[in-house]
Amino acid sequence: MGNFSDRGVKQSIDWKLVISYLLLILIGWVNIYASIHSSEPSSIFDFSVRSGKQFVWILTAIGLALVILFAVNPRFWQSSALPLYLFVLVLLVVVIFVSKDVKGSHSWFEFGPVKFQPAEISKITTSLLLATLMSQTNYRITRLKDFMMTALIIGVPMLVILAESETGSALVYVGFLFVMYREGFSGWWIFSLIMAVALFILTLTASAYVSLLVLVGVILATSIIIQGNVGVFGWINIGILAVLCALPWALGKAPEGSFLAGIKPMYILIGICVIMVAAMIVKGYRERKRHLSIGALGLLAGIALVFSTEFIFNNILQDHQRKRIEVLLGMKEDPSGVGYNVNQSMIAIGSGGLTGKGFLNGTQTTFGFVPEQSTDFIFCTVGEEWGFIGCLIVIFLYVFMIWRIIVDAEKSRESFTRIYGYCVAACIFMHLFINIGMTIGLMPVIGIPLPLLSYGGSSLWAFTILIFIFIALYRQEKKYY
Amino acid sequence: MTTEGNNRSRVLLIGLLIVAAVLLGKLFYIQIVDDKYKINASNNSMVYDIIYPTRGIIYDRKGEIIVSNKVTYDILVTPREVTPFDTLLLASVLETTPEFIKEKMAEYSRNKKKIGYQSMVMLKQIKPETYMKFAEIQYNFPGFRGQVRSIRDYPVNAGGNLLGYVSEVDQKYIEDHPGEYRPGDYAGKTGIEAAREKDLRGEKGYHIYLRNSRNQIEKRYKEGEMDKEAIPGHDIVTTIDAELQQYGQELMKNKVGSLVAIEPKTGEILSLVSSPGVDVSMLADISQHYNEIIKDPHKPMFNRAVQAPYPPGSVFKLVNGLIGLQEGVLNMDMAYPCYQGYHFGSHKLGCHNHWSPLRLEEAIMMSCNGFFCYVLKNILENKKYKNIDEALDKWNEYVQSFGFGHKLGSDFPAELGGTLPTSKLYNKRYGKGGWKFTTIISISIGQGEVGVTPLQIANLAAIMANRGWYKIPHIVKASEGVEIDPKYNERQYTMVDTTNFQKVINGMWRAVNNGPGTGCTAWVAEVPGLDICGKTGTAQNPRGADNSVFICFAPKDDPKIAVAAYVENAGFGATWAAPIASLLIEKYLNGETSRPDLEKRVMEGDLMSRVKTYN
Repeated sequence: MGNFSDRGVKQSIDWKLVISYLLLILIGWVNIYASIHSSEPSSIFDFSVRSGKQFVWILTAIGLALVILFAVNPRFWQSSALPLYLFVLVLLVVVIFVSKDVKGSHSWFEFGPVKFQPAEISKITTSLLLATLMSQTNYRITRLKDFMMTALIIGVPMLVILAESETGSALVYVGFLFVMYREGFSGWWIFSLIMAVALFILTLTASAYVSLLVLVGVILATSIIIQGNVGVFGWINIGILAVLCALPWALGKAPEGSFLAGIKPMYILIGICVIMVAAMIVKGYRERKRHLSIGALGLLAGIALVFSTEFIFNNILQDHQRKRIEVLLGMKEDPSGVGYNVNQSMIAIGSGGLTGKGFLNGTQTTFGFVPEQSTDFIFCTVGEEWGFIGCLIVIFLYVFMIWRIIVDAEKSRESFTRIYGYCVAACIFMHLFINIGMTIGLMPVIGIPLPLLSYGGSSLWAFTILIFIFIALYRQEKKYY
Repeated sequence: MTTEGNNRSRVLLIGLLIVAAVLLGKLFYIQIVDDKYKINASNNSMVYDIIYPTRGIIYDRKGEIIVSNKVTYDILVTPREVTPFDTLLLASVLETTPEFIKEKMAEYSRNKKKIGYQSMVMLKQIKPETYMKFAEIQYNFPGFRGQVRSIRDYPVNAGGNLLGYVSEVDQKYIEDHPGEYRPGDYAGKTGIEAAREKDLRGEKGYHIYLRNSRNQIEKRYKEGEMDKEAIPGHDIVTTIDAELQQYGQELMKNKVGSLVAIEPKTGEILSLVSSPGVDVSMLADISQHYNEIIKDPHKPMFNRAVQAPYPPGSVFKLVNGLIGLQEGVLNMDMAYPCYQGYHFGSHKLGCHNHWSPLRLEEAIMMSCNGFFCYVLKNILENKKYKNIDEALDKWNEYVQSFGFGHKLGSDFPAELGGTLPTSKLYNKRYGKGGWKFTTIISISIGQGEVGVTPLQIANLAAIMANRGWYKIPHIVKASEGVEIDPKYNERQYTMVDTTNFQKVINGMWRAVNNGPGTGCTAWVAEVPGLDICGKTGTAQNPRGADNSVFICFAPKDDPKIAVAAYVENAGFGATWAAPIASLLIEKYLNGETSRPDLEKRVMEGDLMSRVKTYN
């Protein structure tokens, strides 16, 4: 073309992103080889084992990336976002009825030896449609109609995936909240949502008392931050909070049958909460401090949530539903299942130490104790054979990749590219956090692959497409502007 | 929007860094700070130590232990953990050869991929003393360890075929019992061990251990919280009288055949000998001896007592006589002539020399062939039935009610049912209308198409003792935790009335107790005071000399035991089968025997050379 403004491949593509992508799939491939490496050293290219198959997936993924970069007009993604989204949605629903039961979930299409999970590509189509919607010039997320549309696009596939019993994949959609936040959705709403989830989990895993204490603490902290100084009122409250923290312990020490032992700390806490709510409303009204009134509302809502959670959990849910939640939250260790896996996985990672045991020298991971060794628990192999340094490098690569995508997205002049970029970053982030968090016991065990590292064609392809659409979108801008 | 957007993007980026820091912080903690995971660092963490349940003990009817357990050790190898070691030392400690160990290790190395991290059993059933020696030097041999394994112990020689053996399950067995067994498990394969496998086996458990870097067991995983204890198998009380069983085996030594004793009132099998049998000394480690046993031309694994279909010979006359009485075609006053047999056309069914004519009682006492030809003739040519087909099928129905022609339903897993002819069979063979009474005359004396197992004729003896009914013979008694099928408590009635039995039993009593020289066939079996009632049989054997058969019960008026003895190629019923059965009864009822000469003759008698072997 000879156009001076048309930059070549070398300048237009974000090579740093591509290289971190390539490094991650390479690390994945090597670790898949190590994780299935038993006693008979087979070649990494041996097609009868997973590393050989993964090699094929990697080659085809790179082929896909090239097609997206050079053969598809990036405009296509925006123009066909809606049909793609609807098509995948149909697949998501159909798969529930036609798939075999794989460990309780109905999410895989099987074509002979090839298996494929529509939930993987639904991330892409949801991101595309979300970006299309939110980049419209008259779109305002604060407007109810627009907000509802956004919630619908995210919520529908999420619910269908939940119906497939793929809790992990559904959880990834929570990441789109970050995209909404970036596009103007109130941070307070997100904060409240996170608080609600935290209170819910805390009530079930710890107790209503602990949960309420945390609620009071957080509201106290936020109002102090907003106010800018602690003040007398603040100090009194901190004091009360400290006493409340020590109360169950202190009352537990009281002699059996005495008056003190008869006092239930919960009643005291509720009493104090009632006084606090009243005080905050009065003070907020008198001093025209809106945050105090909102805080009082939040406190009331929180208390309602905690008690209704407890009530619903103990009185309304069926036994099996309760058990499922308990296992999901790691409250009950299923000796042959969940708790055992996490322990094994933590032993594997923990035994890696600073520098690891060295390539192929891992004993834990190939021992067969850690299940899903080359898929969901691939990070165990990294942790065991490459140690803390290896983990640091892998996490650094992910953070760099997400960081780079966000920075590129911010630099972009087109809001479609920006929003899509945030979606990509959010998806990778959610996968990263859930997966690694699970292997080191920070998150409940939820089956979800580690992007680009885990064995499996459907996941690798999905992330390749997800990332390279963004690279292509960004390149197209750089090419012409 | 831009500045606001930038602010928000900064918040998100900071959030990203915080999350990364949290992940890395936790990683730093478990990988570097916390030692908990490093204690397991250089080991392979958990070792599943399978705890095999002790198999249930088998008792005889008097509470004597006939099968128990003893401790041995298996040496397990986890090839992936083995480091170069002193083959000579290990071989000498384990009392094997260095070549054996080298060969095993080479085999594991060939199958490396398949084995992976599994442990393989290198040596089986080593003695506790040997294991103790190994345990002392075990630390020199990473990858090797011992595993307790209890094997069967046989304090009493109660007969290999009866007890059955326990051996390692093979692939087919595992597939036939989905989800119940894994390679390396043991299961009962024959006899009582197989019949009561579900009760005897118990439930496996496991202990999970953590190992330190020197391959030594460090401690229990989670203080044993995840462990599962083994549940021992149920003990089994059998109906067998161990002493009687052993005595029976001695009597049957060097003879081919069976000896079965039943308590008539209960159907409980007191002893069941199949000779030659598998010696109990081989049972515990049957795989070592398996080829030897399989190659034995006398087929010791074949449980003749419940599987072999023999012609019953003259003992079957009892059945025909009873049917005749019941059908009304025979009564006590009818007398039939016999001139060395029954003559028809130019043929004759031969008989021995005796006076003539005879009535039923004498015919039984003397075992006259001619008489019973008339009896069957009367049965088959009964005007009541429209033709011989119908009459034969009626006869078949009668005989079935005596427990013949089908499996009795005992708790012996390998039991077979024998054979019994029907009109259909003969129509097929001779064409419809192509046969008559004389064509099938041999069934009147228990030859021809009649095939019965020793258990079935022992059951016939029990039916005679009970005057018309039996309980299905069985070897397991109900005890705590072990149930038996309620059918074993039900009386099975024959189609013949009790009153008719009394008449036939008088003949049986006279066959034994009429004294030598009176024509009675089994005077050799007489024991004063025991009132033994019996019937001899001499069954033709196409493979050489006749088979010697005898069934009996005693005492006549309050029967305590019913016996069937069947000795292949031993000649007249009175020569071998009658003395054997008689001695067994005497032993059971009196606790001792009074006829040392007879006992000596029986025990020393070696008939093995007469028997043509199969092959």
